Amino acid sequence: MDDSERTSESGNLLLRDRLFIEALRAQMVRFATLQLNDPHLAEDAVQEALASALRSAGTFAGRSALKTWVFAILRNKIIDVVRQRGRIVYTGSLVRNDEDEDALPDLFDARGHWKPEEKPSDWGVPDRVLQDEQFWRVFDVCLDGLPPRQGRVFMMREFIGLEAAEICNAVAISQANLHVLLHRARMRLRECLENKWFNGGCETC
Amino acid sequence: MLSCAEATRLMSDAMERPLPVKDRLSLNVHLAMCKGCRNFGTQLQGLRKVAREYVRRTEDDSRAP
Repeated sequence: MDDSERTSESGNLLLRDRLFIEALRAQMVRFATLQLNDPHLAEDAVQEALASALRSAGTFAGRSALKTWVFAILRNKIIDVVRQRGRIVYTGSLVRNDEDEDALPDLFDARGHWKPEEKPSDWGVPDRVLQDEQFWRVFDVCLDGLPPRQGRVFMMREFIGLEAAEICNAVAISQANLHVLLHRARMRLRECLENKWFNGGCETC
Repeated sequence: MLSCAEATRLMSDAMERPLPVKDRLSLNVHLAMCKGCRNFGTQLQGLRKVAREYVRRTEDDSRAP
């Protein structure tokens, strides 16, 4: 057996591990339901994502790599569904203004200036960072850490590339509300990347 | 004089729409004096770059054999 067959065997074995797959599937359904707000569409997206993963399991030797991969496929399926459907009717939390859930971490002092320890440091995103698999794992962790409403509108804006007006229409929120949610999402993401990656013991610091 | 909280909000808004002239001017005055907010602006551009690459990667991945 050559190397590619051996890794293929290992990825396929993981996908036949029933407990692992059941746990993974449950996480995927939760994630997809949150994004799509429709259990049936979510089930379909998860089913398709798992089926694609099964066809290409060969590339993955370990659980964490496989999981990252399956979620990447799932995100893509969700983006397809959102694009096809056009309008999403959120009955739940997106329209409710739950400040506690989405509030910004306490980064500013009483006058609204950066606290000294929270002041953004000087980093950009050089191309070589984008080649680093570890960076993408950190980014996924940061993305998954966003409060749900912030995560949804951030994905619609930055991943799908919808205009502000389209997002407001799709999820039935005001422009002002959207600007607040996107601002908070970006504040959190940049802080998370700064703490976990750019100032977190990487070679560029 | 803008606070940093307000300046970050204007910079984020500018990713979706052109800012009114008045806001743009007060933002520029603030940025001239505030290194932390200038860094924040660079990071916003970085986030967009990361998002574009993220999509490109997942699209490539899902087409992979």
